[in-house]
Amino acid sequence: MKYKALTAFAALAISAPMVFAGGADDDTLSIDGQEMISKTAAPAHMAETGIDTIMSGWHFREDDTQAMQMDTFDNPGMIAVDQATDAWNTVDGTAEKSCASCHEGPESLAGVRAVYPKWNADAGEMRTLAMQINNCRTEQMGAEAYKYDKAEMTAMEALITVQSRGMPVDVAIDGPAAEYYEKGKEIYYTRYGQLELSCANCHEDNYGNYIRADHLSQGQINGFPTYRLKNAGLVQTHNRFRGCIRDTRAETYAVGSPEFVALELYVASRGNGLSVEGPSVRQ
Amino acid sequence: MASGVKPRVKVPKSASAGEAIVIKTLISHPMESGQRKDGDGNPIPRSIINRFTCEFNGQTVIDITMEPAISTNPYFEFEATVPEAGEFAFTWYDDDGSVYNDNKAITV
Repeated sequence: MKYKALTAFAALAISAPMVFAGGADDDTLSIDGQEMISKTAAPAHMAETGIDTIMSGWHFREDDTQAMQMDTFDNPGMIAVDQATDAWNTVDGTAEKSCASCHEGPESLAGVRAVYPKWNADAGEMRTLAMQINNCRTEQMGAEAYKYDKAEMTAMEALITVQSRGMPVDVAIDGPAAEYYEKGKEIYYTRYGQLELSCANCHEDNYGNYIRADHLSQGQINGFPTYRLKNAGLVQTHNRFRGCIRDTRAETYAVGSPEFVALELYVASRGNGLSVEGPSVRQ
Repeated sequence: MASGVKPRVKVPKSASAGEAIVIKTLISHPMESGQRKDGDGNPIPRSIINRFTCEFNGQTVIDITMEPAISTNPYFEFEATVPEAGEFAFTWYDDDGSVYNDNKAITV
């Protein structure tokens, strides 16, 4: 009797499907019915990396987490979008303007997220979306700059990101951006910290494998800002970079630092072709 | 006083009589438990939504008592059968006495 029970258990264990394989799944990502490009051929400049298909981090997450992102009502990141919509229409600063005074509705900024970080020729600098928002605030509105990674900034980024949802990421890496691209690339392949890990060690060499109990993704940033369930809040690209480098037990660069701006440009360019899907939901 | 509180509700616009529909509700709220301390070691006073109700044409659909352990931005999803056309009324009660409302009409 006991023997029978044991064999039955063994048979069950063997026939159970391998639900915990660490790799990307083959599901299709659609948000409120709008289909996203979450897997596509890698851009030409990634030829030397050995990656031929680039994949959104969405594919590496569990079904429950994936489902939250597929419905904007279930997506907790959309609360921040609502809050930023209020901020969008609120007059602030000495010029007595709101975002809406110049840009009208936020939908006028469709496509903006997809091309940032972007070279600003007038200022002669590489600008992330956050830097551009702050430039608007200080130069056009006469308002105080948001702190780079504070909630108001992240929410405003989320609002602008939503307008580009579904558009393919298309950051420029040639011309004046080339210098930043090279710098970002160097950071990407530099081993940091006591653990001596570079971005590439995990996200290029080992995506689809486990790092302890977690699935390693390709480290794509097309879903940022991201609602992380563990933080119960939105997380910016630079927060994520900092967290990753901290986990290698290194001193990290600061959010908004030139190093992170360059790294953001480089990492964004590795996702050229994937849909903007922010604010995404991750574990 | 909790700031940035905004209720959100998703109800289908129409249903057939007697059909069970899915209702999703979410309210943005910090849900401060009262257990935490600020930087100086002083307790942060409790500030939560303590009750949530849903009524349909004056008839109670759901009435929930909420406790401090419920996390930020409480989300409720439940089913209701719709006998006739009418209006769902959703009400959230805050610790500070504020009451937040939202109404959704539905046709049969």
